[in-house]
Amino acid sequence: MADRPVRAALMITCLGDMLFPEVGVSIVRLLRSLGVTVEFPAGQTCCGLPLFNSGYHDEARGIARRLVEIFKDAPYVVVPSGSCAWMVKHEVPGLLRETPLADEARRLADRTYELSQFLVRVLGRTTFTSRVRGRVTYHDSCHLLRGLHESTTPREILKSLDGVELVELPGHDECCGFGGSFSVRLPEVSSAILEKKLTNVEATGAACVVACDAGCLMQMAGGLARRKSSVRAVHLAELLDPQPPS
Amino acid sequence: MSTHEGELATPFRDRAGRALQDGFLQQALTIATTRFIDLRREAFGEFPEGDALRDRARAIKEATLQRLDHYLERLVDNVERLGGHVHFATTPADARRIILDIAKRTGTRMAVKSKSMATEEIHLNEALEAAGVTPVETDLGEYIIQLAHERPSHIIAPAIHKTKGQVADLFAKELNRPNVPADPEALTAIARVELREKFLQADMGITGANFAVADTGTVVLVTNEGNGRMVTTLPRVHVAVMGVEKVVPSMTDLAVFLAILAKSATGQKLSVYTTLVRGPRKAGELEGPDEFHLVLLDDGRIDQIGGTLREALYCLRCGACLNVCPVYRSIGGHAYGHTYPGPIGILLTAMLNGSGSVRDLAHASSLCGACADACPVRIDIPRMLIELRKEVDEKKIAPAGERLVFALFAWLLRHPRLFRLAAPLARLGQRPFARGGRIQRLPLFFGEWTRTRDLPAVAPRTFSERWAELEREVRR
Repeated sequence: MADRPVRAALMITCLGDMLFPEVGVSIVRLLRSLGVTVEFPAGQTCCGLPLFNSGYHDEARGIARRLVEIFKDAPYVVVPSGSCAWMVKHEVPGLLRETPLADEARRLADRTYELSQFLVRVLGRTTFTSRVRGRVTYHDSCHLLRGLHESTTPREILKSLDGVELVELPGHDECCGFGGSFSVRLPEVSSAILEKKLTNVEATGAACVVACDAGCLMQMAGGLARRKSSVRAVHLAELLDPQPPS
Repeated sequence: MSTHEGELATPFRDRAGRALQDGFLQQALTIATTRFIDLRREAFGEFPEGDALRDRARAIKEATLQRLDHYLERLVDNVERLGGHVHFATTPADARRIILDIAKRTGTRMAVKSKSMATEEIHLNEALEAAGVTPVETDLGEYIIQLAHERPSHIIAPAIHKTKGQVADLFAKELNRPNVPADPEALTAIARVELREKFLQADMGITGANFAVADTGTVVLVTNEGNGRMVTTLPRVHVAVMGVEKVVPSMTDLAVFLAILAKSATGQKLSVYTTLVRGPRKAGELEGPDEFHLVLLDDGRIDQIGGTLREALYCLRCGACLNVCPVYRSIGGHAYGHTYPGPIGILLTAMLNGSGSVRDLAHASSLCGACADACPVRIDIPRMLIELRKEVDEKKIAPAGERLVFALFAWLLRHPRLFRLAAPLARLGQRPFARGGRIQRLPLFFGEWTRTRDLPAVAPRTFSERWAELEREVRR
């Protein structure tokens, strides 16, 4: 599969576009270095997960409709966040059930991959390289782990990196406390959950905590900075970027 | 009716905030839930057939719900055939009245109780006291809670919020005993002595039921302390209170549930006692009550057979979803403010009191999915929490301001050109607050984030704004 040219569209996501553009840039460079032709369909905004999870399903349906139209020509869709990939794969088809776009939504769901899954399961890559060296730990984001049942691809990638030591995070499968609007509806509870997570992260002695979800990264990076911690929260793609950050 | 008005006067967020500040509670919660999580993981780790049995148990629950009327009729017939009486209670008030009538007719002055969430749900103890009947909780955790005049904070570990030191102080004060050591064994011995005479004095024994077997009329109690046996055998009258959804078709089905219930709850292979009760004492039998009553409680359950909360009727009340829930682990059970706490508790509260009662609680979840993963019958709790949020929104129970914000957000997401304008506007707006790409303090609603966490500033150039340049990189 990896031997023939692959064309993939990047779904940057709303958080990725506005707050973490460097992750998107890293993904583009990484995928190109692996021979993938990367497209960026115009007009994309958000997957609708924030609306869906808060119970605004009519509104989320409007977004789902756009999403299906925008990505209908892409052979593969690559998403940097497990939660957005989950939304596209699990909820968009449900929202568009019994609409003219139902089949198209199913097709989109089948072609959509979270980044680490795309790298390992679609491109069939088993070894990767990184410019970064040292000890890292990995946080399982809830939607990737329990929504998409994926815990192996990010670890396989991290373990394959020369000079990078992956240490398991105590409570690696526990939520970071983000939960979308939960983080601002109940900020005290969200922060208490985060504190436990960060205490575990710091106990590993890792230089950075890696995750595959912009929500978790925003939460963990925000908490680490507030603690004045030396640990950084980074997206998997940033470790794999073949070029130095611009 | 299962609300606790005093507490509910305080908004949920404040109740949660108070719980977060309670050092004893935090200590007790961390120790207990971590232990429960480890025990459960070990129990299923040694039990490779567990996953298949969970699927089986779920299928049995679903099949039973599809013919609930049939199985209930069968249960009623069999209990009556064994000489028991069956009562149907539509509301908690009905259930209380039925039990008080039995108490009055049998001259009951004291009732010993085995742990039961159904009797918590109908607020039975208060009703008994008001009618001059002394209820005595005999499960150690429930006994502690009763002495402290509190409510259970966990479905299977009602005193989970208390440390052993707090229990020792409570016993010293309430039981008038000097020098009570903060040692679980010594505390249990004290409770045992205190309770022994109550078992012998009591006229009525009140229990819940973990299951009732339609085929045989058997009411099943799963306990660990032996108190359940005494409650069902020593007093003259035994009353079991049970939600209608607890019926299972056969003893074969029961075996499936017994194989996974204790593992999910406490990590035990089986609980210490599994008590099977079949009607009152029969001629020639040495133990058992003169009268046996089964109270079948509806209280909103039957409506949900065709409702959005249907799956919540599968619940075995094992408490596994509480132990793994990051919110429950942070705030404990009392902050939820209703009889049933934790993720499943939110669904049950909505079932008993309507979706309006969980306007805030429906959002007391990060939707991390740990609950659904731990649930022995795989109830999709996050999915139903989302459904409740939807109801709260559609029925316009959600605050108007919130609904407006989400409507505007949705509109913006459908208009990419305007969405692209959001970045430059945000960059302008964040200018006074951003330092080195991070924001430490924001006014208004945004402060909910920045009070405890930095926020990344909107990037100098968004990905969309960088795309043209990235495209050129290839052409070069």
